[in-house]
Amino acid sequence: MSIGRDLDRRQLLSGAAAGIAGLLLPFSLEPSARAAIVSGTTGATSTTGAASATGTAGSEINAWLRIGTDESITILIGRSEMGQGVYTALPMLLAEELECDWRRVRVEAAPAAAAYRNLYVVKDMLTGGHADPAPGLAGEMRDWALSLAAGPFSQQVTGGSTSVRGGFEPLRRAGAQARHRLIAAAARNWGVSPAECLARAGLVHHEASGWSLSYGALAAAAADLPSPGSVVLKPPGAWRLLGTAVPRLDLPAKVTGEAIFGIDVRRPGMLFAAIMASPVFGGRVKSVDAAKVQSLPGVVAVVAIPDGVAVVADSTFRASRALAALPVVWDEGANAGLDTAQIFEGFRQALSEEGRIAERRGDAAAALAGAARQLTLDYELPFLAHATMEPMNCTAEVGPDGVDVWAPTQAQDGARAAAATAAGVSADRVRIHTTYLGGGFGRRAESDMVTQAVVIAKALGRPVQAIWSREEDMRHDFYRPGTVQRLRIGLDAAGLPVAWHHRIVCPSILDRIMAAATWLKPDQTSVEGAVGLPYDLRNLTVDYVKRNTPVPVGFWRSVGHSHTAFVTESAIDEVAAAGGRDPLALRRLLLRGNPRVRAVLDLAASEAGWGRPLPPGSGRGIALHVSFGSIVAEVAEVAVAADGTIRVPRVVCAIDCGTVIHPDIVVAQMQSGILFGLTAALAGEITLAKGRIEQGNFDDYPMLHLAESPQIAVHVIESGERPGGVGEPGTPPIAPALANAFYAATGKRIRRLPLMRAGGA
Amino acid sequence: MPALRVNGRAFEVAAEADTPLLWVLRDTIGLTGTKYGCGAGLCGACTVHVDGVATRSCQVLLGSLKDANITTIEGLSADGSHPVQRAWIAAQVPQCGYCQSGMIMAAVALLRDKPRPNAADIAAAMTNICRCGTYPRVAQAIALAAAGTTGTTGATGATGMAGATGANKGGGR
Ligand code: FES
Ligand code: FES
Repeated sequence: MSIGRDLDRRQLLSGAAAGIAGLLLPFSLEPSARAAIVSGTTGATSTTGAASATGTAGSEINAWLRIGTDESITILIGRSEMGQGVYTALPMLLAEELECDWRRVRVEAAPAAAAYRNLYVVKDMLTGGHADPAPGLAGEMRDWALSLAAGPFSQQVTGGSTSVRGGFEPLRRAGAQARHRLIAAAARNWGVSPAECLARAGLVHHEASGWSLSYGALAAAAADLPSPGSVVLKPPGAWRLLGTAVPRLDLPAKVTGEAIFGIDVRRPGMLFAAIMASPVFGGRVKSVDAAKVQSLPGVVAVVAIPDGVAVVADSTFRASRALAALPVVWDEGANAGLDTAQIFEGFRQALSEEGRIAERRGDAAAALAGAARQLTLDYELPFLAHATMEPMNCTAEVGPDGVDVWAPTQAQDGARAAAATAAGVSADRVRIHTTYLGGGFGRRAESDMVTQAVVIAKALGRPVQAIWSREEDMRHDFYRPGTVQRLRIGLDAAGLPVAWHHRIVCPSILDRIMAAATWLKPDQTSVEGAVGLPYDLRNLTVDYVKRNTPVPVGFWRSVGHSHTAFVTESAIDEVAAAGGRDPLALRRLLLRGNPRVRAVLDLAASEAGWGRPLPPGSGRGIALHVSFGSIVAEVAEVAVAADGTIRVPRVVCAIDCGTVIHPDIVVAQMQSGILFGLTAALAGEITLAKGRIEQGNFDDYPMLHLAESPQIAVHVIESGERPGGVGEPGTPPIAPALANAFYAATGKRIRRLPLMRAGGA
Repeated sequence: MPALRVNGRAFEVAAEADTPLLWVLRDTIGLTGTKYGCGAGLCGACTVHVDGVATRSCQVLLGSLKDANITTIEGLSADGSHPVQRAWIAAQVPQCGYCQSGMIMAAVALLRDKPRPNAADIAAAMTNICRCGTYPRVAQAIALAAAGTTGTTGATGATGMAGATGANKGGGR
């Protein structure tokens, strides 16, 4: 495994007929490991680099806010910072209402606690992306019922582009309530009415007398005052901070190397564990020859973990070198013969089954039968890995007073539950310390690495950092589901779509994670993006045929939208071509009743110079998709050289994400989502042979580099509607925009991703 | 015991000669700013300077480093004030930040070799992988650093720079 040099990874994997039986093979528990572990200069604790400057002293005003006598404003954020900017955008929401001095704001990662649970993400999942309450009493009633239903499933988790959407009201309210209490404390101190006082920039003023008191001086008294029940929030026109591009709070630590990610955690006496899970999904260790590695430098123990084995040593490299040398015999189990071709053949066969209805408008079957023409279009998308830059890891310490877990996790409650189970303690004895995440993209919503770290730390009685090699990370992901989908479209004599039947075959993510959410409706994460299309399609059916496989599947940036948008937006282009229409013109026609969506499409098209001629071999493609409360349109330009080489010189993106909290983070997330989706659409594919994932590192699961990156122009429409998400919505449109551009350039239609394999060089 | 000069300080290192420099820095010396991304020379997250040359530290063994001068992200400046670090803030480059130590070290070496790099120079030198897609801003920050227009530390607003591509249309409020 290449923790170390560029060894031949495949040889190692197959050569190390690898495995373990029994529970623990502690052949050498050496408390005073030879080389004392040098603890980092950073002395990681529960806080990240951004927070480390903050004093811990201060008054807790509420779950999100602590004010120090030194005037420090510490905002506790229960969402994980994985690049998407929540350590800036969420504090802004609270600070806007608090009327503090923004320059004094510090962020601290919140612990796992009920106050930080994400009800919104469950509501969004249950409603297929429509968690926001509609105005009026009916809307409130629906929201109340929905909250009741979602409550039992709600957990502290970062995902679904919900951080700002879910935090928009609660965090502003928390800030406003805190401000009221600070004002009340000052008024009481002065013996005046709170109505005569005003808060501004961290001070409470009494206008008439000219008195003022600072938040730092008032915090202790304010903390003892009751919170006002209801508060009036500022109208957007009065905002000073929201809507501005203040520099991100997490960036100074990220340009100096000070930011503490999971793998940077150092604890006194900490050991490092290199991990190897069964290369075949569902396999188990049969036997392990621990004696073969026990004399290697630094090695402390060989430990059995669920589905695999870990070697523990006094450094990462020593642990990984010993793991590579460890003879393991695996019981490969039932999946040793599995390959991608079989899986996709099964998906293709399932296309002929009736699916569970996800959406129905009108009568698609009758309209199809009566249509002048029918198109039957089959699309295939591969399994995909997350490949976060920071490989999976977790640090754990199991002591008499409970379990401490330092993790780059998106799921504090999930991590806590996993740690409690692994240690055999109750959840309230587990403390979760969230570090910075070196990328998440949904992968870190899982807690498999937490279980491993706690199992090993408990066995050894010492703090342990479990760390995966890149190959381990690639081969033991929870993958974006591979999928086969069929669209049957009926066209009238004018070539316009009169029937639309979209059938989706793929594994279910929620079966494993939240099966109850699929009782009343098919798994929304499988069909989202195919349902609720913004187009005027009166006879429409979307159905879902579930096909689970042994390949674990999970949330991958934009989840179901990452595949459904490719299908729907490629198909709309095919309808345009079949009817001899311009792809933009057809979309505009089908969006007649939807001006907000159409405005986004129009902006992207005009900024991209839609219709302007391009050199031969080049083409422009457009795609539009609504996801996570935001509307995004993208135009991609593709240039195909004579030798088949594909370049994407330019992408133009327009987004309406409603009310904009931080415009530059919106731009950054669009750039990010586009490059993430483009990387996958061009070259991303995870395959299996003999039950094993064939890819291992960035040579066979390649990433876009700077040299291949398009110029990206992002245009933000400030519609003033409720805030939409931005972490994910940039991703879905790029794959179909690319395929549509490829068609415009070459006349060749791509119905299978990745493009490099299906169509190009 | 092999000796190493890192960020101007000498270290006696108790590690085998075949240990990659990356792990010596991270686990033995305790400088965790340099990151592990692939261990195979493919991603650049581990980039440091060895005698001023941008080097992927996962590919260099301790035993080969006699008398070498190594600079890591921690040695670039005491307080984040290196012009390239300032440019990175001005362009609001990092997202998750994990690749950024390596990116910055690669950019510093590039600018030392070519103080006025053109787009092709940047594309050729910056082969680090960023999974968050910060490439447009990396290129922009390098251009800023080359032009010496990085502004004051950290205080510059982001929109003007990073939003070279960002325009606000329509009006909600
Ligand atoms: S970790 Fe060294 S190049 Fe990726
Ligand atoms: S900023 Fe996240 S990998 Fe580059």
